[in-house]
Amino acid sequence: MGNIKNILEKYQEPSRDNLIPILQDIQENEGYLSKESVVQVGSYLNLPSSKIYGVATFYNQFRFLPKGKFHIQICRGTACHVLGSATVLQELEKQLKVKAGETTRDGLFSVEVVACIGACGLAPVITVNGEFFAKITPDSLQAIIEDYKNKEQ
Amino acid sequence: MNYTININNKECSAEQGETILDVLKRNGIKVPTLCHLKESMPTGACRMCIVEDMKSGKLITSCSFPAAPGMEIKTHSQRVVEARKTIIELLLSNHPDDCLYCVRDKNCELQNLSEEHHVRERRIRGKKNKEKLDLSSASIVRDPEKCILCGRCVTICEEVMGVSCIDFINRGNKAFIGTSFNQGLNTSSCINCGQCIMVCPTGALTEKNHFAEIQSAINDQNKTVVVQYAPSISVSMSEEIGLEPGMDNNGILNAALRKVGFDFIFDSSFAADLTIMEESAELIRRITNEETLPMITSCCPGWVKYAEEFYSDLIPNLSTCKSPQQMMGAVVKTYFAEKQGINPEDIYMVAIMPCTAKKFEAQREEMVHKGISDVDAVLTTRELTKFLKLYGVDMFNIDPEVTDSPLGFRSSAGKMFGASGGVMEAAIRTAHFKLTGKELVNFTIPQVRGFEKRKETQIKISDLELGVAVVNGMANAKVLLDEIRAGRKDIQFIEIMACPGGCIGGGGQHIGTDDKQLAQRMKTLYDIDKKETLKVSHKNPEIIELYQNFLGEPLGHKSHELLHTHYQKRDVMI
Ligand code: SF4
Ligand code: SF4
Ligand code: FES
Repeated sequence: MGNIKNILEKYQEPSRDNLIPILQDIQENEGYLSKESVVQVGSYLNLPSSKIYGVATFYNQFRFLPKGKFHIQICRGTACHVLGSATVLQELEKQLKVKAGETTRDGLFSVEVVACIGACGLAPVITVNGEFFAKITPDSLQAIIEDYKNKEQ
Repeated sequence: MNYTININNKECSAEQGETILDVLKRNGIKVPTLCHLKESMPTGACRMCIVEDMKSGKLITSCSFPAAPGMEIKTHSQRVVEARKTIIELLLSNHPDDCLYCVRDKNCELQNLSEEHHVRERRIRGKKNKEKLDLSSASIVRDPEKCILCGRCVTICEEVMGVSCIDFINRGNKAFIGTSFNQGLNTSSCINCGQCIMVCPTGALTEKNHFAEIQSAINDQNKTVVVQYAPSISVSMSEEIGLEPGMDNNGILNAALRKVGFDFIFDSSFAADLTIMEESAELIRRITNEETLPMITSCCPGWVKYAEEFYSDLIPNLSTCKSPQQMMGAVVKTYFAEKQGINPEDIYMVAIMPCTAKKFEAQREEMVHKGISDVDAVLTTRELTKFLKLYGVDMFNIDPEVTDSPLGFRSSAGKMFGASGGVMEAAIRTAHFKLTGKELVNFTIPQVRGFEKRKETQIKISDLELGVAVVNGMANAKVLLDEIRAGRKDIQFIEIMACPGGCIGGGGQHIGTDDKQLAQRMKTLYDIDKKETLKVSHKNPEIIELYQNFLGEPLGHKSHELLHTHYQKRDVMI
């Protein structure tokens, strides 16, 4: 929490205009926006936390749960879309039983949807903790997930 | 600067700063609106109010577009009418088709618009909304499936109530209305006022219903079912039932409730008199002993929760008196039970209230005495009507009856609780008598009456100069409370009602109440006061009897145990 305080102190003028930069700053430092941090930002900027949550969910970039041990980014750019990334996402959500933006209960995996990550040749593509996996199919996806699960044991 | 604009080939006068919709309304031209809320900034969310601007050839939203000299507007051209119809069809495309099962059936703006625009077939088929109900609150039920995202609830919650516990979450076709972190309403700062229900055009917002429990209590031979109704009910139920607005339906209400099968019927105005006895004594004690001032009324459970969340530093200023609803329950289940020889556990107490927050209040843990809660179930004015219908009561063909006794008699001071300023006036009348031994001249304090957001005045009671303030609408109270926080010292007594106009404008009242009807309700309450002779709580013979036979003194030991309580800071997501 002290962390959040330090971040807020950087923004001398507590004005609503600073809301997005503050949220970005917090996410960068904490990895996500916790309830506590949102409430704290609210009391600093004199904004109800429902408003802040409303603004933050308007953008895709904010997450509200800590990242999992293995953070999966799935590309939903045009090339990946054309080659079926929608199905990949569906499959991923089904296998992990979470929605994009969420983290599995055991804290192992988190899913983030990103716009084009510039690897169109590999479409449809996902990354796990920065490592790229190309031409994903439901089967290869399952293998990748199993692989990481095993690594953990 | 005044000018004219051309509407439907007629020159209409317009004033600087008006929107097209303002001009249309003044000239008696009706265009449909959904997201529009009077006295709020237009959001342009729904597009229902579009008109055709003949000069630019565009369809523009009349609620948000400023009128300008020389405009040429068509409100019902073929193009406009068709576009409006499409908008409605789109709204319906993902809307559940369960009008037959919906609480708002026949009083739904979406349904009305669809009828007005001759939507008689399903042209556009979308995926139906599938969302879970939020049943977490003791008062309010949210059904996101029926939400058309007009945003009125968000606006009223922020601008009129100063709460802001809900907002738009996500965007595009994933958008919905929810609380911070999309948690249940019960963990949010929602004060249960129900004003969002009052503005919702559809069945997405309703009150939590307890019909089944009440019915089974009525059918249970071993239960004595007692009902009380709030001061404002008899003057505000007309619109729901289809009687003439502004009538005092007191007598027929008693008769109707008896027909339903309630064993004893009381007017909460009696308990309002009781509240006044305690509250005026508390005020005098606080002034004499130089305790925390200003004292702030605590009859309004919306305001009490707001205080616990946003102004917990002012909790010592809250009067410790329970609200009339709770006091009524408390004396029915003790004094009355004793008198009638009924086991308090066998009494089921129903309260008919203009208010959804009363449902929350009834289930608060502070409101339980020796394991028995003061009040068991609360019905809103709207639910009352439904209940009467269920039991086949014909309100057009019924002879007036009186309430039961004791605890049935009321002064007109107690009745005034229904309007903003009423508690203040009633309390001052009794405080005046207690301090001087004389009644207040003319009894009335016109300065605290009416619909203004804030009413302040000085009252002289012998050598005591009392500064009093009355506010209605939670957001207005906030301004005053900040002044108190900042050290304002010239006010000793404050009345706060969360809803605009007080209980007559409560969140449990008829949906679609207009300003004229609201004003009529207030007038009827004050007319009752003008007409009747028992104008002060302390002269109510049944109140006097209650103190003589049971309570002893105001603020005495028994009162303390049954009629007073304490509140605490509440941790919620603000
Ligand atoms: S009940 Fe009142 S406080 Fe709660 S969401 Fe509705 S308007 Fe806001
Ligand atoms: S809940 Fe009702 S008032 Fe609120 S946005 Fe939805 S339809 Fe509009
Ligand atoms: S009423 Fe004008 S856009 Fe909704």
